[in-house]
Amino acid sequence: MWNDFTQQFWSSTIDGLTNGAIYGLVAMGYTLVYGVLRLINFAHSEVFMIGTFAALGALTLLGVDSPQSGLALVGVLLLMALIAMAVSGGTAVVLERVAYRPLRKRGASRLAALISAIGASFFMQEVFAIWKGRDQVSFPRVMNKDVLFNIGSGQVRNDKVLVIVAAILMMLALDRFVNTTRLGRGIRATAQDPDTAVLMGVNIDRVVMTTFLIGGILAGLAAALYGVFFEITQYNVGFLLGIKAFTAAVLGGIGNIRGALIGGLVLGLIENYGASIFGTQWLDVVAFSVLVLVLMFRPTGILGENLQRARV
Amino acid sequence: MRRAYSRGLVAAAAASALLLSACGGGNDSGSSSGSGGSSSGGTLSIGFMGAQTGPNAQLGINISNGVELALEQHNAKSGVKQVKLIKYDTQGDPTQATNQAKKAVTDKVVAIVGPAFSGESKTADPIFEEAGIPNVSPSATNAQLAKNGWKFWHRVLANDDVQGPGAADFLAKTVGAKTVAVIDDQSDYGKGLADAVRKQLATDGVKVAVNDSINPDASSFAPTVNKVKPANVDAVYFGGYYSAAGKLVKQLRDGGVQGTFMSGDGTLDAQFITGGGAATNGALLTCTCSSAVGSTDPAVQKFAADYKAKYNVDPATYSAEGFDATNIFLQAIDAGKTSPSDINDFVTKIDYKGVSKQIKFDPNGELAGNLLFVTEVKNGKLAFLGDTSQAKPSA
Repeated sequence: MWNDFTQQFWSSTIDGLTNGAIYGLVAMGYTLVYGVLRLINFAHSEVFMIGTFAALGALTLLGVDSPQSGLALVGVLLLMALIAMAVSGGTAVVLERVAYRPLRKRGASRLAALISAIGASFFMQEVFAIWKGRDQVSFPRVMNKDVLFNIGSGQVRNDKVLVIVAAILMMLALDRFVNTTRLGRGIRATAQDPDTAVLMGVNIDRVVMTTFLIGGILAGLAAALYGVFFEITQYNVGFLLGIKAFTAAVLGGIGNIRGALIGGLVLGLIENYGASIFGTQWLDVVAFSVLVLVLMFRPTGILGENLQRARV
Repeated sequence: MRRAYSRGLVAAAAASALLLSACGGGNDSGSSSGSGGSSSGGTLSIGFMGAQTGPNAQLGINISNGVELALEQHNAKSGVKQVKLIKYDTQGDPTQATNQAKKAVTDKVVAIVGPAFSGESKTADPIFEEAGIPNVSPSATNAQLAKNGWKFWHRVLANDDVQGPGAADFLAKTVGAKTVAVIDDQSDYGKGLADAVRKQLATDGVKVAVNDSINPDASSFAPTVNKVKPANVDAVYFGGYYSAAGKLVKQLRDGGVQGTFMSGDGTLDAQFITGGGAATNGALLTCTCSSAVGSTDPAVQKFAADYKAKYNVDPATYSAEGFDATNIFLQAIDAGKTSPSDINDFVTKIDYKGVSKQIKFDPNGELAGNLLFVTEVKNGKLAFLGDTSQAKPSA
């Protein structure tokens, strides 16, 4: 048991960080929307799912059917990510318009919005199940998976580095955006006190739309990275990943942007360490037990809910 | 085999099955009105029992296509007794099967191809047993069925207990594996199969270096890969279905795991190759069902070509078994046996070279020889290698 853990420590760490980076990117979408609207956007997993299909569509459009290298690879990856981000961002904005805004305008309870979210989630899943079929769909291999170097038992592969680096860069960019720009200030103000924010001249519809757009863009990037890394998607690909990402958001402190990424990375690591010690069948049990333990001692998560607390 | 078919496929299958069963209904009423004549005069009726509609209809249609082809070829020969087919659509439902079995008894069919599934065999066979109607199942694999002491029941494929140990023996003897990782998907089917493999590998003196269970819906199987990699195994056995198997084999190969990948009939599907891509090359898949596609035997090739000409698709899972089961009865009828009990006596002693395998029955109705068949993925295609005694994997 402990032997397995020490033997597989480095490989588990690397895989944990890679999976965790994808969880973290999706978690940021949950956390942003929660921070602003106090709404758990359960349809966010479908925003991610649609992003994977958009990434696949981009590859088909570009006619990529073999691994690329050099500049061609950079171009393909960028285009694929941009298309996925655009489609996911657009989906999130439409989702807000259709499923949430009408409810918000009529002052419906948060519970009604939650049900609307679940309904939208089922709707999008079934549309894709009927359109794309219920079996999994494969991505062509975009990049050769080369081992760059080894740390102990762990192989550091180029695609894993890409996922981790892209996620961290995106998190930094988002953090700058929210903390330094005018729109970012609007987001923080709305998160703190929506009524006062409106009185101060913040256009709340615009803030909410931007929040959904950013969440969607991040999910789109996660989807493109997922496509490059796992090379597979399916109409229900968002379900399990969405639950994990939501868990990561809560673990890090829901409403907290840095917390989402940290929650994602921690969750990824715990899962992989737990699986190496107890066997893979215990992966989810270990991950969720840790979540419960963390919340027992720190109910607001690792970093606390501080999008709405004054950090202005 | 217990597998959930994708709903899209099923919808298409159900639509075509509706058409088929509509025709079957016509035959039905025709035969019962003329049944007084048929028992004494020119034609005999045999029945097919299995799903033609419902969620698992595709398997039933694969079989009934084989049955119809056999009858068409038989009736086209000159100087033979004409044999008519009556289809009993059970929708794969054991309750429906009881009603349909009673109907078959009143229709005075002389033999039944089916029941197709294990559940419906359990409810329909006591009725056939009492009425004394011989039946040969082309696809029911539950091991318990042979333990009822039924005299009129037979099946043309080995049961579920054969697959796990057969696969383990194949890994130990033919592949020559010394250390193996056994992984399952925690389902009844996958875990049952993997446990049977684990047990038999231990008996064969092969070291099971890694035991692991995955969640088939997860994206990442990294923890499993990280366990298998340092163990340097000669082979990886996976008990589960094709969608998880495709993801797993790809992540194993990307993670640098060498060695043969092997799995069971739940993975025997083109979707496995779609999901796993190039990583599936060299993978070995077992099934107690035979495959007519890619065989080098001229008789089998002729069957595959005739089937394709008639239905415009390749013979699929259990088509060859349906064809063989029908031909066993036709042999009996051609030998002048026309009463159910005479046909049963003939079938019980038969030694017949079918397109799926050599068919001979044990006294309990099981196929003699416990054959298990191996298919290898070669260049992105499923290539049939034959039974475990003759299969030669390329790697």
